[in-house]
Amino acid sequence: MDGNGHADHGETSPSSPQAPPAAPRFLLPSEIADAPGAEGWRSMYPYFTRFQPEDDNRFWFYNSMHFPEPMPAFDTITAEVPYSAIGANTARVFVFPTTLGIEHRIVNGRVYITAIPVTDPEEIARRAQIFNERAGYYFENWDTLYQGWKTRIKGLIDEITAVTVPELPDIDDASVVTESLGVAQNHYVRENFHRCIDLFSKMWHHHTEFLMLGYGAYVVFFQFCKQAFPEISDQAVARMVAGIDVIMYRPDDELRNLARVAVKAGVDDLFTEGCSPPEVLAALADRGEGGRQWLAAFEQAREPWFNVSTGDGFYHHHRSWSDDLTVPFAALPRYVAQVRDGLLADRPTEALRTERDRIAAEYRDLLGTEEERAAFDQMLGLCRVVFPYVEDHKFYCEHWFTTQFFNTIREFGALLARFGVLDDAEDVFQLHHTEVDQALSDVMLAWAAGGPPLGAAHFRPIVAERKRILAALRDWSPPPALGPVPEALNDPAVHMLWGVTQQTIEAWLRPDEGEIRGCGASSGIVEGPARVLTDVNQIGEIRDGEILVCPVTAPSWAPVFGKIKAAVSDIGGSMSHAAIVAREYGMPAVVGTGDATKRIRTGQRVRVDGDRGTVQVIG
Amino acid sequence: MTARFVRGLAEVGAADRTWAGGKAAALGELARAGIPVPRGYVVTVAAFGLVMDTIDPSGAIRGAIGGLPPDDLAALARAAAGLRARITAAPLPPEVAAEITLAYQQLDTAVAVRSSATMEDSAEASFAGLQDTYLAVHGAGDVLDRVRSCWASLFNDESVSYRRRQGIGEGGLAMGVVVQRMVSPRAAGVMFTRSPVTGDRSVVAIEGTWGLGSALVAGEVTPDSFTVSKVTGEITGRRVSAKLRAHSFLPNGDGIAAQPMPTALRRASCLTDDEARALAAVGRRVEEHYGVPQDIEWALLGDSPGCPALHAEPADRIVLLQSRPETVWAARDRAPIATPKPRASDHVLVRFRKAL
Repeated sequence: MDGNGHADHGETSPSSPQAPPAAPRFLLPSEIADAPGAEGWRSMYPYFTRFQPEDDNRFWFYNSMHFPEPMPAFDTITAEVPYSAIGANTARVFVFPTTLGIEHRIVNGRVYITAIPVTDPEEIARRAQIFNERAGYYFENWDTLYQGWKTRIKGLIDEITAVTVPELPDIDDASVVTESLGVAQNHYVRENFHRCIDLFSKMWHHHTEFLMLGYGAYVVFFQFCKQAFPEISDQAVARMVAGIDVIMYRPDDELRNLARVAVKAGVDDLFTEGCSPPEVLAALADRGEGGRQWLAAFEQAREPWFNVSTGDGFYHHHRSWSDDLTVPFAALPRYVAQVRDGLLADRPTEALRTERDRIAAEYRDLLGTEEERAAFDQMLGLCRVVFPYVEDHKFYCEHWFTTQFFNTIREFGALLARFGVLDDAEDVFQLHHTEVDQALSDVMLAWAAGGPPLGAAHFRPIVAERKRILAALRDWSPPPALGPVPEALNDPAVHMLWGVTQQTIEAWLRPDEGEIRGCGASSGIVEGPARVLTDVNQIGEIRDGEILVCPVTAPSWAPVFGKIKAAVSDIGGSMSHAAIVAREYGMPAVVGTGDATKRIRTGQRVRVDGDRGTVQVIG
Repeated sequence: MTARFVRGLAEVGAADRTWAGGKAAALGELARAGIPVPRGYVVTVAAFGLVMDTIDPSGAIRGAIGGLPPDDLAALARAAAGLRARITAAPLPPEVAAEITLAYQQLDTAVAVRSSATMEDSAEASFAGLQDTYLAVHGAGDVLDRVRSCWASLFNDESVSYRRRQGIGEGGLAMGVVVQRMVSPRAAGVMFTRSPVTGDRSVVAIEGTWGLGSALVAGEVTPDSFTVSKVTGEITGRRVSAKLRAHSFLPNGDGIAAQPMPTALRRASCLTDDEARALAAVGRRVEEHYGVPQDIEWALLGDSPGCPALHAEPADRIVLLQSRPETVWAARDRAPIATPKPRASDHVLVRFRKAL
């Protein structure tokens, strides 16, 4: 097995020199050896995430888009809960005719997934009837339902934000008696923890409520365009659909505004390349009225717009801007300089809208018949109806809600640390949520009984061992896919959400050493030095003119797009964040390369071709 | 004095095929539409007619050729060669020679002398390539000779046998001749205002090579190719080939030189992205002018192959050498990709019923 995890039988099988080389294939799940030094990884994950012997018969691919790092035990909830929700949505609620849900497995800390299809024609027909009624209802009432969705999801955000962690003081509050509440605080330790998990689950059910229908509308329009215009680029299709007032630009817009306020209030001198957020904030407090003005504007922008995760909401350590000001403060100096030079413009929303409509009108005109134009109008119209959800749901779900969720879990971690079960609040994320449940029971009992909890001896060694295992798992190169190569891979969800197509699989099977291939998501060609970021916390290292190479980008990365010349990601399709933001900034982007972060090193000169979707290391 | 036998290209339009020939009509039409073409003039069909009236006053020679059996290639070749010899040997009527000479002197440079048959380049009959073109012609005397060579090329062996196979009579044939300033392009080639591979009308497909396009037309080089979106200007396809040689025009020398390309330039793209986009924009204007997809020959003026682009904008360095309707995809019909449905969402519901 080489670094990409390909099983090359041509090298190992005793074939004669004349025999054609064996077709390349992927490893089977059962053929994967434990990563060296990480042999105990299974203890971190529930039994229902393990590969089974019969899983060797199916095709799996590494979901590096959502899970680009090895999974800490707690963070597996970001796989368990979403797959529980999306499968329920497609298989049981909307009853998609040809697809059930998505199964996931964890091996060496990495999440692999596969979709379960429906193949029996009679079953497809039975499901289609139910699907038509239910999906039809959502499409026909989309705007109203989506408004209701926003209200519900904001309600969930309020609820998760309101969840408190009992302090468990020596003597409980008097109100338990004076208001005859009758229930002691330790009860609420578990109730409130369960509440967090339950709200997280509900949030994900709502997250997937419109997801497949929204993407479905896009896929249908996309495929129509590809048929009518075989050489149209993915990004041209996306540009006809893309919204203009998209929430995910808002955090970046807020930063631009803060840069303007800094200049206006005369405190712009504090925002210099490499500045330290705490030092700047401290200095502002001493800058009189100007400093007060900026800090007031800052607090206003911060809630809710700084609730963007530096990742994509799937790892506890991808902190939000609000929790870790490094990212916004890395972008501010550049914006401040642009304000000073009179170069910082607002997003030209009118021009963008005009351009979007021009592109759509011109493609429409190029269609052959009036019938096709009428169908085009219907499909594009539907896409524009569903797109506010497609583009905005991530801010509410993965960013705003999830930031609050992880922070509340962190407070439970602080409780466990205070009672000595854990060394540190952050260690709570080394436990699966069912294990946290046990540890909290231990604390509840100990507080009630008056003795010490027994968890210190039990959990502290487990946490230490898991940290060691996670570090070892980081060095393992996950194969992009496992199992038999599928004859055809046309699943729209897999294509749209993960950028995985038949071509991707081909590229995974036959990696070209000199050229890295992906999806050309934003056009143009540039060369420059690479900056490989495998961890979002390194975001402050990016310098002007570099080419960003990263596993996956999220909306919160947008500000660094002002510094870089091009973006390359391991994962992503033409609708991924990196793609959308790169088009917005008019810079080349190649997404869904699979392994660019492993094949490129920081400082190497690379050439990014956003038209062809290739990246070459040139020096 | 009004010339009878020579007209400036700017005076010619698409409707003038019968007296100017197809190529002149197309070039004149481009010039009228504001598309740059090299300056030049057309020797009208009337001059050809005058000459043929002296060589074959009753049309008997041409009639005899028209009566030969299509499969008797030897007889066809013999008869055609005889007629060609008469055309090239016949002295030009003095008024024709005078007008051509005067017009040439006004161009004051080396020229390309190009056949412009009345049937050539029509969308219906693809005569393209069967008549001669002469590049880098110097001096009035040579121009007069090449004009006669063009006339004679109407009776090339291939042309004659093609017409016999197609059952096209010899009687109504006529030819104009285009005389244009010779260009010395940095790169040249062809473009289609739809994809020749997929028929996609939203893109312009460009092929180009260093120097004159003749190297490409003659199949001596594998050209660079570009696919440019008409709508967004994106370059959705790009293939840079090893262009081992280039044809270049030597203004002070003798005609066209086929030279090996310096190694460093072989694999260099003959067009920048901006140039490709500018070409596509010109192609699109021509298509809009005619209303149907076009097959275009282009040249990009500038220094010699491989030298940096001139400072002028790419759009100001483009000249077109020919444009004709695209014929391959125009002839194909296809079923509509989709038709409207009662509700927009039906498109999605139907799609999900099939395995995607």
